[in-house]
Amino acid sequence: MRKVLQRTVAAMALGSIASIAMAQDDGADLVINGEIEITVRAPAPAHMSDTGIDTILSGWVFRSDETRQLEMDDFDNPAFLAVDRGIEAWNTVEGTEGKSCATCHGDVEESMAGVRAVYPRWNEEAGEVRTLAGQINDCRTNQMGADAYAYDKSDMTAMEALISVQSRGMPVNVAIEGPVAETWAQGQELYYTRFGQLELSCANCHEQNYGNYIRADHLSQGQINGFPTYRLKNAGLVQTHNRFRGCIRDTRAETFAVGSPEFVALELYVASRGNGLSVEGPSVRP
Amino acid sequence: MTRFALSATLVALMSTAAVAEDVAPSDVAYDDYGAIAQSLTGVAGDPAEGLRVMETRSAGNCVACHQVSVSTAAFQGNVGPSLDGVADRWDVDQLRGLVANAKMVFPDTVMPSFYRVSGYIRPGDAFTGKAAGELSPLLTAQQIEDVVAYLQTLSE
Ligand code: HEC
Ligand code: HEC
Ligand code: HEC
Repeated sequence: MRKVLQRTVAAMALGSIASIAMAQDDGADLVINGEIEITVRAPAPAHMSDTGIDTILSGWVFRSDETRQLEMDDFDNPAFLAVDRGIEAWNTVEGTEGKSCATCHGDVEESMAGVRAVYPRWNEEAGEVRTLAGQINDCRTNQMGADAYAYDKSDMTAMEALISVQSRGMPVNVAIEGPVAETWAQGQELYYTRFGQLELSCANCHEQNYGNYIRADHLSQGQINGFPTYRLKNAGLVQTHNRFRGCIRDTRAETFAVGSPEFVALELYVASRGNGLSVEGPSVRP
Repeated sequence: MTRFALSATLVALMSTAAVAEDVAPSDVAYDDYGAIAQSLTGVAGDPAEGLRVMETRSAGNCVACHQVSVSTAAFQGNVGPSLDGVADRWDVDQLRGLVANAKMVFPDTVMPSFYRVSGYIRPGDAFTGKAAGELSPLLTAQQIEDVVAYLQTLSE
């Protein structure tokens, strides 16, 4: 009954929604450094057929002209200071084994091209789903004998930024079947759970209400193709799980920890909702 | 100065009176349509205070999702419908029910329940991200009455 009512209302409102959506998405294209074409809108992947979303949109589409602009040239993008630090770290020997990332992986531009696009992914040997951050720390602890980076701190986001840059413009293509299927389903479940005293799920804001405003905030689809993101508000790079944590906290809920199995699952699921958009990290957000 | 002192005393008096008669969140009686026939406090709502609650981020922050034309609050959102003319659409009992727990009327709504303390998943201690101890409702009983009093002024 209620469903029927909702549908009717939705149908009635459709005309106006469509025109609002047009006003949101002005159709602007993102080309970085005048040469890297970024896909900021793409057909939704098949697994999203029940979501009511047929076009997936990068968060860039929802941002102001000034913020968009900052991402269009690496000299303007403040995240590139961190990319430089990432290059330094890539070549620095650390840990008991006397190795740097470069010792094993050589030139980052070659060895890391396309990597960010398929993460999180299954690691056969470990028998687990690994985020990019998880893989970086695995190499540090198990290959280098060095300390793990704090999961969401600046050393990690700098390395993630460096690795992401090598895939910019490539389509996100995260696997959701096979050994990751169970984790993916767990992530999906989390995405639709209405947490906290405000009882809001990711979907309530980023699926049902993208394009709308919550107070001053222009809601996007909550995509993670642009991570790590440089947030002007924080004047620094923000790790994916850090953003998840903030969004859950804002529902007056007890959050999960960065790097927790719940956030790994959620990251896999959210990443898969971006399959078809370009890797855009490190992006700039307000 | 004197007036301030006086009104502070009044508020103090009123809230003591209110506490004595407040209907606790778990004791609120909703009818089959989600309306609440009885005042939660027995004290008439103050519409001016109601508007303040609706505009204030740390209180109701209703304008985060609703637009209210006569309000001067910056950045009013549009996740929910405009509340202009809302008093023509709902009577006072229905408005009280909607503000206390809109899920009695719209089961899947994104609108939070402002006078409810149980049935949540991983409730947090306000915006700290930590687990909650005992929950307080998002608004006090008197704040609900104040907001309802303000909403009743919104007719066209
Ligand atoms: C001793 C050699 C060694 C060192 C040093 C090393 N790695 Fe690795 N790395 C590997 C191996 C082997 C793999 C293959 C994946 C696995 O663990 O199963 C790998 C995989 C990766 C991957 C995933 C690639 C993919 O295609 O999925 C990333 C990302 C990565 N390493 C980053 C780093 C970073 C960043 C550093 C430096 C902090 C580093 N590695 C240091 C050996 C090393
Ligand atoms: C109350 C509404 C709300 C809820 C619930 C919510 N978010 Fe957000 N989220 C926001 C706002 C506001 C922003 C900043 C503007 C934007 O990009 O939407 C944001 C931003 C994001 C971003 C950054 C997007 C970008 O382009 O950089 C991601 C990712 C995100 N949210 C994921 C999530 C996930 C996952 C959940 C569920 C755990 C969630 N959000 C729940 C409101 C919400
Ligand atoms: C997170 C967003 C959100 C917040 C915050 C919110 N509401 Fe709502 N409200 C809604 C939505 C959405 C609806 C439409 C009902 C539905 O979901 O179908 C609604 C409906 C209503 C209605 C019925 C409107 C009508 O014309 O039929 C009233 C009255 C109302 N809200 C009052 C309030 C008040 C008062 C507050 C603050 C104490 C508030 N709301 C806070 C989202 C919100």
